[in-house]
Amino acid sequence: MDHDPQTGMSPTGKKPFMSDPTDSKSETRGSARTIIHIAGLHKWYGDFHVLKDINLDVEKGERIVICGPSGSGKSTLIRCINRLEEHQRGRIVVDNIELTNDIKNIEKIRAEVGMVFQHFNLFPHLSILENLTLGPIWVRKVPKAEAEQTAMYFLQKVHIADQARKYPGQLSGGQQQRVAIARSLCMKPKVMLFDEPTSALDPEMVKEVLDAMIELAEEGMTMLVVSHEMGFAKSVAHRVLFMDSGQVVEQNSPEEFFSQPRHERTKLFLSQILH
Amino acid sequence: MDVSLQQTSAMDVKPPVTSVGVLGWVRQNLFNGPLNSILTIVVVLVLVRIVPPLFKWALVDSLWTSSGAACKATTGACWSVLTHNARFILFGFYPHDQQWRPLCCVILIVGLFLYTRSPNRWSKGLAIAWGVSLVAMGILMPGGVLGLQPVEPGQWSGISLTLLLSLFGLTVAYPLGVILALGRRSRLPAIKAMSVLYIELIRGVPLISMLFMASVMFPLFLPEGITVNKILRAQAAIILFTAAYIAEVVRGGLQAVPRGQYEAAESLGLDYYQKMRLIILPQALKIVIPPTVGILVSAFKDTSLVVIIGLFDLLKTTQVTLSNPEWMGFSTEAFLFIAVLYFLGCFSMSSFSRRLEKALAR
Repeated sequence: MDHDPQTGMSPTGKKPFMSDPTDSKSETRGSARTIIHIAGLHKWYGDFHVLKDINLDVEKGERIVICGPSGSGKSTLIRCINRLEEHQRGRIVVDNIELTNDIKNIEKIRAEVGMVFQHFNLFPHLSILENLTLGPIWVRKVPKAEAEQTAMYFLQKVHIADQARKYPGQLSGGQQQRVAIARSLCMKPKVMLFDEPTSALDPEMVKEVLDAMIELAEEGMTMLVVSHEMGFAKSVAHRVLFMDSGQVVEQNSPEEFFSQPRHERTKLFLSQILH
Repeated sequence: MDVSLQQTSAMDVKPPVTSVGVLGWVRQNLFNGPLNSILTIVVVLVLVRIVPPLFKWALVDSLWTSSGAACKATTGACWSVLTHNARFILFGFYPHDQQWRPLCCVILIVGLFLYTRSPNRWSKGLAIAWGVSLVAMGILMPGGVLGLQPVEPGQWSGISLTLLLSLFGLTVAYPLGVILALGRRSRLPAIKAMSVLYIELIRGVPLISMLFMASVMFPLFLPEGITVNKILRAQAAIILFTAAYIAEVVRGGLQAVPRGQYEAAESLGLDYYQKMRLIILPQALKIVIPPTVGILVSAFKDTSLVVIIGLFDLLKTTQVTLSNPEWMGFSTEAFLFIAVLYFLGCFSMSSFSRRLEKALAR
């Protein structure tokens, strides 16, 4: 599709219905503060309808935890936001750029959206420092020295600056995940997506990763977190989304969500997860 | 306290004599069971039968610098066939007074290869040295510039032809193979289809037939008056052939890199080329070092097939030497020598690959 990806500025009315992203935002809540706008999103894997009519607006600085049973589409949803998964219907606008098949748009959005994976996905052939500087140097065109400075700053923030010269394989799972968080932060993203960041960790390492995420939350980062860490949701989330079979069943503030779930499905889920 | 005492005394105990030293080694490796003991004895007997006569033939009774006639009188090896004809075997029909040029090329290739074998010597300078020497060889062999007497490609022969065909073949085929592998994995249907077609077509054809096509059929398609020399055509056939095989191996490597690596690279905002060059290919190519070297080794040996289109590689110059009445009948010696040369080439390639794997292991 051929609207102007650069700044979200009006491409002088080629396709009126998507001419000016800020227009469409005015009808959603929060308008100018909205950083992610998802409307009428559908996705299929073959015949399987994995996301059904998702509508979601995320404001700058907002922290959302998405939970739900496995296979409910929660990972797919956040993976749609940086186009690791392609959606077939509906709109996704990130930072005033609409996700289309235009690869330049996609790359631009990906640079602004950090992602932390369940299995860390650090680059095993590069040192920790190289893992962190790769994005800034090649995508942001930051000089190497500056990128390394930034990298060391973020490594310090996640308390593993002493591991900078090592390789991912030499680190524990918790350390690797913190490196992965630092790697995303080095890109100075506007939004951070977390796809079950603690699910692959040994129990005693969960806390160190959650602590890093809480610290990040306290600094006002916009975060979308797919997680079953209900303690984390309670302490930092502004909103909790509950998804089941491709739909957002319920969303509420964490206090309300945990104390007064409205839907039967949510109650069942919570009773199973909070022993 | 008791525990620590026990530990020190336990550490002081020496292993039994039969499990260390020469005796221990012999026991463990040669006589660790009835079957192995029998095999050891049989092998020793066979070696006793074979080695002394071989030694006598190859060294004691052998002649090194005699004439062919003298050779026929002896029972030992006639290495003279090599020493007398060394220049022809190695450089073939290259003009006699110009043979320093192929010699330089061979020394360059072997020297650089030996130097490159240790990955800790790798540097930008070395890469430049390779580049410069490839160009230098491209000037030295044909000549015609810098006051060098021009030499027809038809006269290039012997070991220099073998090495040049291999070296240029492998350096071009490898990147071409990588590009084809990427093409085969491309999302763009046209590129993918072309890569698949190319790879399957080439892999379905023997190298010999490709060489025939290059030497016989290809010129028919060229317009009148334009000729591409035979060596270049053979070289192209070798490159196209090897690249298809490398492509399949590299594709395997690309598939072995976990999906998460692609996703992590993409989620940073890297574009396709950055993703491939910085993240995927370094991992994929490392995974496929062993099969890749296998292909390069067989490509090196397959260069000897160029004899059938009338090029004089190392094998052919040796055959020509042996067809000289004076040296007829000494093929054992000559082919042993050729085998040793090929073995050295192949073995150093595979030992290089092992070093490379070790250096990249993480």
